[in-house]
Amino acid sequence: MTDDAPALAQPSSLRLTPAFLIGAALVGLHVVVGLMTLVWTPYDPTAMTGGRLAPPSLLHWAGTDRLGRDLFTEIMIGARIALAVGSGAVTIAAAIGVTVGLLAAFASRAVDDVLAATLDILIAFPTLLLAMLIVAASDGASLGTAILAIGVAASAIVARLTRILARRVLAMDYVTAARVSGTSWLGIVRIHVLPNIWPTLVVNFALQFGLAVIAEASLSYLGLGAPPPNASWGRLLQEAQATVYTAPFGAVAPGLALVSLVIGLNLFADGLRDVADPTRRRRG
Amino acid sequence: MLIAAAVLFLLLRLLPGDPANALVSVGADPEQIEAARRQVGSDLPIAAQFVRYLGQLGRFDLGASFISGVPVLDEIGRRLTLTLPLTALAFVAAILIALPLGILAAVKRDRWYGGLISIVSQFGIAVPVFWIGILLVTAFAVKLRLFPSSGFPPSGWRDPIAALHQLTLPILTIALVMSASLIRYVRSATLDVIGSDYLRTARALGAGYGEALIRHGIRNGAVPVISILGIELASTLLGAVVVERVFSLPGLGSMLLSGIEQRDYPSVQGVLFVSTLLVLLVGFAADLTQRLVDPRLRGSSGGRS
Repeated sequence: MTDDAPALAQPSSLRLTPAFLIGAALVGLHVVVGLMTLVWTPYDPTAMTGGRLAPPSLLHWAGTDRLGRDLFTEIMIGARIALAVGSGAVTIAAAIGVTVGLLAAFASRAVDDVLAATLDILIAFPTLLLAMLIVAASDGASLGTAILAIGVAASAIVARLTRILARRVLAMDYVTAARVSGTSWLGIVRIHVLPNIWPTLVVNFALQFGLAVIAEASLSYLGLGAPPPNASWGRLLQEAQATVYTAPFGAVAPGLALVSLVIGLNLFADGLRDVADPTRRRRG
Repeated sequence: MLIAAAVLFLLLRLLPGDPANALVSVGADPEQIEAARRQVGSDLPIAAQFVRYLGQLGRFDLGASFISGVPVLDEIGRRLTLTLPLTALAFVAAILIALPLGILAAVKRDRWYGGLISIVSQFGIAVPVFWIGILLVTAFAVKLRLFPSSGFPPSGWRDPIAALHQLTLPILTIALVMSASLIRYVRSATLDVIGSDYLRTARALGAGYGEALIRHGIRNGAVPVISILGIELASTLLGAVVVERVFSLPGLGSMLLSGIEQRDYPSVQGVLFVSTLLVLLVGFAADLTQRLVDPRLRGSSGGRS
């Protein structure tokens, strides 16, 4: 997926597809809920508010967990954690990835070859696996470690995409002209490369955001993510699985929350791509 | 491969945390720590450690576990007897699901079920594999009691029926996730074939729609799908860690996870090394298959960038 770099295109007509609007609405809902938990939640997230492992009811929309805490409250806080990890990881991935990708594109043949080969190997490993290794190598799992690990792991994909896109721009005649007329390489990056590759990169960032959310949930599920009391969706699902025989409903709501955010991000990215590159609009 | 070994080694060693920590208890005195460092070799300079590691690799010696002392290669061999069949069966199941559905979604894209297949597969790529696993456990192990929720019989493959029964849900989990993304690629490859000139020509020469699609479409459409299959198979092998945790299976993935939890570097390194080897093999096999299917690729020496 990361290879389908469309032709160099500028945002042209702003025709928003229904898919894009649905995606934006889903993401927006998560953002609003996530921000809301900073000031208000239905219940105190650490308080025992009802019977243990109670099924969903009017008082507890998603039921309660094994300590009697309200699951819906925890899921709302989970949205905040997912968004924090996603935006943090994408920022790190963008900073490292774009820098390395540009360096590779400008570097000498030998340096570029080594960088490209290294990136290919890193990309052969799923983001989750790299993130696991980074968490393992650092001391202790925490929210910060998870963000850093996922961001660093995802940066290889961003770097490779940036390198491919930038090389295509650098092969253009107008870049040669700019070089000949003495523009510095930073100038070329700023004036020619970044404006041209930016739309495609932003689409990729939106997709990476969704992957980061899944990676964070997976890390938490494996016990390598943010430790309690952080109500990560992955940890909620792991706890739900532990009590699946007594309370089989517990795994449904956190999973739905996670999937709705990721689908929203994917639809959002598809919509952005249509805006960034009208020629792809007809493809399924 | 050399680069891969170097990257793996550096990734594991340059990051903070000394592997010797795994050997000593909290509050060990400096002398004990020093002895532990000598034992695992982490007192040597990083370059010397790397040379030693490469020398061991050359002799197919992946070292012994820091924790149990068992040779890593033996342990990996034992674990692979679970992970390889699991991945292979799931792979076959995914192809059996994705090929017909993907082609159907393309051929009948104007019907409601064609559209439905595409939409469902779109959803499928947004779903984390462990959630599917938990939901399957809830449905088939808890509610219907058809399959066990976790574990692997100690008799292993000596009792193939019991082993398969135990592996049904894990296989289904991987196959569902894998086929969701496969369907999209099969569909778009089929769409390319349907829109092609050669298919129109074949139709004009009197071939039926199905006949033309089977005779000309499969070979042409297969080439891009095979390279995706290779990537999918590789990432499933590496991604087994999550599925094995969901179903508590003693495979390669759970060896990696416990290795990470216990800072057992030889185990982690060994698993990653063998996985990388497998991934490269899968890529090579996918390349070869593509050349078998499409003679045009045979002339060029590796047409991939």
